[in-house]
Amino acid sequence: MMVDIPLASGLSVAAVLFSLGLIGVLSRRNLMFILMSLEVMLNAAGLAFVVAGARWGQADGQVMFLFILATAAGEVAVGLALLIQFYRRFGTVDADAASLLRG
Amino acid sequence: MVRWLWLVPATPVAGFVALVIAGRRSGRVAIAILGTVPVAVSTAVACLVGARLIASPVETRSFTQTLWTWARIGEFAPTIGFRIDPLSLVMMLVVTGVSLLILFYSTAFMEGDDGYARFFAYMNLFVGSMLVLVLADNLLLLYLGWEGVGLCSYLLIGFWYREAATANAARKAFIVTRIGDTALAIGLFLLITRLGTLDIETVSRRAALEWPSGSTLAIAVAALLLGGAVGKSAQIPLQTWLPDAMAGPTPVSALIHAATMVTAGVYLIARMHVVFALAPPVLAIVAVIGAVTLLLAGCSALVQRDIKRALAYSTMSQIGYMFLALGVGAWSAAIFHFMTHAFFKALLFLAAGVVIVELEDEHDLFRMGGLRRELPVAFWTFLIGAASLSALPVVTAGFYSKDLILFDAWSSTRGGPWLWLAGLIGALLTSVYAFRLVFLAFFGDASRRPTGRSGWRMNAPLVILAALALVGGLVELPATLGDKPLFTTFLQTVLPPLTTLPNRAAQMASLQLVAGLVSIGGIYIAWALFIRSRVAAGTLLNLRPIRWLHTLWFAGWGFDWLYDRLFVGPFVWLARVDRADVVDRIYDGLVWAGWIGWRASNSTQTGRVRWYAAGLAIGALAITAIAIFL
Repeated sequence: MMVDIPLASGLSVAAVLFSLGLIGVLSRRNLMFILMSLEVMLNAAGLAFVVAGARWGQADGQVMFLFILATAAGEVAVGLALLIQFYRRFGTVDADAASLLRG
Repeated sequence: MVRWLWLVPATPVAGFVALVIAGRRSGRVAIAILGTVPVAVSTAVACLVGARLIASPVETRSFTQTLWTWARIGEFAPTIGFRIDPLSLVMMLVVTGVSLLILFYSTAFMEGDDGYARFFAYMNLFVGSMLVLVLADNLLLLYLGWEGVGLCSYLLIGFWYREAATANAARKAFIVTRIGDTALAIGLFLLITRLGTLDIETVSRRAALEWPSGSTLAIAVAALLLGGAVGKSAQIPLQTWLPDAMAGPTPVSALIHAATMVTAGVYLIARMHVVFALAPPVLAIVAVIGAVTLLLAGCSALVQRDIKRALAYSTMSQIGYMFLALGVGAWSAAIFHFMTHAFFKALLFLAAGVVIVELEDEHDLFRMGGLRRELPVAFWTFLIGAASLSALPVVTAGFYSKDLILFDAWSSTRGGPWLWLAGLIGALLTSVYAFRLVFLAFFGDASRRPTGRSGWRMNAPLVILAALALVGGLVELPATLGDKPLFTTFLQTVLPPLTTLPNRAAQMASLQLVAGLVSIGGIYIAWALFIRSRVAAGTLLNLRPIRWLHTLWFAGWGFDWLYDRLFVGPFVWLARVDRADVVDRIYDGLVWAGWIGWRASNSTQTGRVRWYAAGLAIGALAITAIAIFL
């Protein structure tokens, strides 16, 4: 028996998760943690889709979550590869160490 | 045969192109051949065309050859087309013939100059442009030729461009004539907007139909065309460039600044005579400009030391006669005087060129003298030229043309005794200054020996031109002397005859007597002043008012001084004031604002990925906030 979770509560959790992820991206300097925070943000967005899908009884929300999952997997693969390259090049994983594109 | 007309302007232009391409690599002989043969071909074709035209019946004596349409802008479609009729035929024959003689002369005159090929290239371009000018069937093509001859005049005055004085003279000639050219261009714009065409025949026909005599439009167009003519023909008030233009080589002065280019203004007015006839006030101004110029320039010619400057003032004065004739409506008399003037003035310049070469580039009349035995050909031909210039009765060409102008000025409905009197005083001045040149250069004590550098190539053109300066007037015999006005009759299909006051026409014989006496009297005065009693002339010159007048005339009535004060001075002052370039500050401000903007936007590009992420987040928040709250 499924228990109905109110829409507002579900979206609030998603918003809190998203904000935590954003704060992580902005405040952490370690690239590893930035990637992890990005994952949190993606999952927050996915959660919002699932909650909305459950609210209106549509399967679309879960389909979108599967898309996000695939995108997140790709992002992690590319992100980790970049991380390794970053480390080889700069000897650190501090995101602020790379600022060659400054104007 | 008439279909070869396009070859007349095309061959000199081809000669120019050939000289530009091959001139550097060719020897002197090859350059001389390349420089003269195209004009010789052009002259031959011109003669064939002319013979054909004269042989055909009077009413079919015109031919238009349209080569292609130049451009098409709506209704306005100027063509590249040449038109031959009696007027352009006379111009074409004189231009080609005199050019050929002068180019032949130049092969010897310019010998030893570094710019031999350059000289002939420019000269060929000039002849081509001049022929385009006189043969053009529409005013736009005429304007092309007009600017072409102006360019060549600039290039040839500044031929010895390494000297600052010649370069300045070239610039002065270009800028002063440009003032007139601008007026002419505005006149053409006016014609395009009002009549929608520049075809000379159509313009004349439509103007006569649509514009009433004395209408503002006709006056405006005629005045603007007159502006162009005044600039090109060195008439007051745009005359100051011509004396300085003598800085160029002597053949250039003979061809461009005496025989052909400077008379382009006369041709323009004669060609557009329908428009001018519709504007009586402008026509009156033409006559007054001519009369004033012929007097002022005649006085200046009287006192010059430089033989070429004296001849330059004389050219201005003679073109003044042509303007006087145009102003009283004696169109064909002006063209007649153009023809005889081309002969005797080219002759005078070329003979002066011989003297200049023989005395190693000596221009000062007072350092010449006694050359009549050493340089017999130059002396006799110069004498003939001077006699023709001073209109010595019956035997010279100048007499027939100048006498016709004087008679027309007297008897025309548009003329009057005052214009006639101006012409008569001018005639007296003319014979005094013409024979002053003869007496100063060829009589008196021989001070220097000629070097003998002028050969037959320089003397032969003199002899031919001298013959023309004697018999060239016989094509128009006045009523009192044979009554065979062939020239005027020939031009009648293009240029309408003069309307004369009936009671004045009978006075022709007495007028001629007066003019003849004035001419001979002028020669006597010159003889008295410069041969019989030069000492008396010297003491006369020491009188204060005469000394003052001498200085004024020598400086060309101070027009250069006046223009320096009026135009050049203020312009230079303005340029000096604006040295810091006030207007440029506005653009400097724009540059500064751009730089500030660049700095501001540049500072946002930190290269830090977290900074960009923060930017994204803030942006997204802001957009969401706007979407929700607004």
